[in-house]
Amino acid sequence: MPENLFKINAKEYILPGTRACQGCGLSLAYRYALKALRENTIVTLPACCLCVLHGIYPSTPVMIPALNNSFASTAASASGLVAGLQALNRTDTTVVAIAGDGGTFDMGIQALSGAAERGTDFIYVCYDNEGYMNTGTQRSSATPLGALTTTTPIATKQQHKKDFLKIMEAHDIAYLATASPSYPIDLYDKFVKAKKIKGTRYIHLYIPCPPGWAYPPRDTVKMGRLAVETGIAPLFEIENGKFRFTSRSKSMAERGNRLPVINYLEKQGRFKKMNAEQLHQLQHWVDGKWQEYMRRSQE
Amino acid sequence: MSNVQIMTGNQAAAIGAKLSNVQVVAAYPITPQSQLAEIISQYIEGGELKAEYVRVEGEHSALTVCISASTVGARVFTATSANGLLYMHEQLHWAAGSRLPIVMCCVNRGVGAPWTIFNDQQDSISQRDTGWIQIYCRNNQEILDTIIQAYRIAEEVYAPVMVCYDGFVLSHTMMPVDIPDPEKARDFLPPYQAHTILSPEDPRTLNPVLFPNRRANSAGVLCDGYMEMRYKLQAALERSPAVIEETSRRFAEVFGRDHGGLSWGYRREDAELVMTGMGSVASEAMQAADILREEGIKAGVVGIRVFRPFPAKHLKEAFRGVKGIVIFEKGISYGYEGALCSDLKAAFYGSEHQVPVHSYIAGLGGRDVKARELADAARASWQEMQSGIAEKPTTWLNCYTG
Repeated sequence: MPENLFKINAKEYILPGTRACQGCGLSLAYRYALKALRENTIVTLPACCLCVLHGIYPSTPVMIPALNNSFASTAASASGLVAGLQALNRTDTTVVAIAGDGGTFDMGIQALSGAAERGTDFIYVCYDNEGYMNTGTQRSSATPLGALTTTTPIATKQQHKKDFLKIMEAHDIAYLATASPSYPIDLYDKFVKAKKIKGTRYIHLYIPCPPGWAYPPRDTVKMGRLAVETGIAPLFEIENGKFRFTSRSKSMAERGNRLPVINYLEKQGRFKKMNAEQLHQLQHWVDGKWQEYMRRSQE
Repeated sequence: MSNVQIMTGNQAAAIGAKLSNVQVVAAYPITPQSQLAEIISQYIEGGELKAEYVRVEGEHSALTVCISASTVGARVFTATSANGLLYMHEQLHWAAGSRLPIVMCCVNRGVGAPWTIFNDQQDSISQRDTGWIQIYCRNNQEILDTIIQAYRIAEEVYAPVMVCYDGFVLSHTMMPVDIPDPEKARDFLPPYQAHTILSPEDPRTLNPVLFPNRRANSAGVLCDGYMEMRYKLQAALERSPAVIEETSRRFAEVFGRDHGGLSWGYRREDAELVMTGMGSVASEAMQAADILREEGIKAGVVGIRVFRPFPAKHLKEAFRGVKGIVIFEKGISYGYEGALCSDLKAAFYGSEHQVPVHSYIAGLGGRDVKARELADAARASWQEMQSGIAEKPTTWLNCYTG
């Protein structure tokens, strides 16, 4: 066991027996995120997979206070929590908004952009499983090119994923980071860091989803690793405008050992209809993004 | 000691919010509400009101901010009009379902399409089924006083309250308003003590998913299902007329002004023909009653202040003995008739007192409604009623329908 695993808060904030799917990448990421955030935290979330994980009234496995809100309103809900706590002089509580890619890239973008522009003192977490998984794997603007979803059931998705990180960076927020449950120490460190920073912090979690991506539940950690190792999900952070690769992506940038995207795609049923042209386009798109990040890491 | 100043309805509303010591305000500008948001911003930036002002990017977020801030225990305020209120629709349900004592001003304006910035009440009427208490004001003094009352009502009933007043007709019209003493206002409305606060000291998940049936918790206690929770909202609203009346009575004791709890009357005592409506159109009907009285028609007015919960029992009393009712409404349930008309007629269902009711749709999109025109309409209806026409199709007043 690597030495730095011991620094992780041993306390569990999610009891066993959640309603999440078998092999859920979100459960893993949420577990480490809450360990980093600790007790003095309030979470707000929309209707999404996380809402399912939180359970059905009157029981919940989650020991952190949480407020469910409507789909478009996650970041506005966080703004309200922050304003309410401020008005009541309880400013030591960390407010965390968590939504999926549909609730972030699509429906929640207005409220998130507003909250970020206002410099709201909160952490926004997008767990990106690349589709509307809670409602049955429909296409979102985070779904990658060539993926089958239940609303792109034959022709596959024809467009690239929205580059949401660029959108968030354009808001000049205090802290932006990506993380993966397959690299829990990196994820944990980023939440610990984000908790200490004031202002709007955005953490993007790449979340493998067994039913949505059509791979066996036991392969979630492997799928997360491949996403990072192929450059599809680079791990980095941007603090005060300074870009920095972290964890596995950092060593990949140093060694130049990025894997081709086919290694990742071929293990998921959702890409089985992807044609050679789409594969070429996706590889080209990932190459372009990676080179951009490489350039920025050397600035 | 009175402190009378001349001010617009929006100014009166801002002072009402300030005297209620609201702690979080979130609003998005829309005509004719904008001035209200501007004045409150001035109070907060100028240090007159200690509150957080969240300058949101839309009305859906405005009400969301209020919902979440209320959930951690803050007293919250917002205001909007027309399409802004419609944009909040989802969160209106959410606020009431969460049983939060939010107070909002709806500065009544017609809704698009086509666009109008001018007054009618279609905006709030369209939100009648969201679980909010709706109170309609008839002058600027009532706006100020009703906001203070609204917090007392909301915090006792645990239901949100919409204080409605007519755009431009009240929002931008100067009237004398007696500003209550802040100390007395604080005594009347003590700081908000929430019965449930979302807090790390007592972690819980609020508004989670519910199953159709009741479920047991870990201690084996059977807990409410969705339907029980919804029933409790309805039961609270059914009990709220008593709270509204008591609040109005207490307010009158402290401040010497009684705007009526659920309704108010004008020359009602011996009236045979009673005009009714909500907000400024009912206020205008008082003049129409005077005109008709001069002609020898025993006319009066019942102004309906509270539309939800609909005070059916109370209104049956308020209209006891009258021989004809004429309703003026600034909104309609499209495809049928005015919503107030339907509700009022339903209130008389099965009772021995079957009174003729004539309904007029008036003043949509800001079309002027003069007292003389209300008197003309009421007189025509009164003559028809006396010749035995108890029912007739809804009339669109001052509208070229040919």
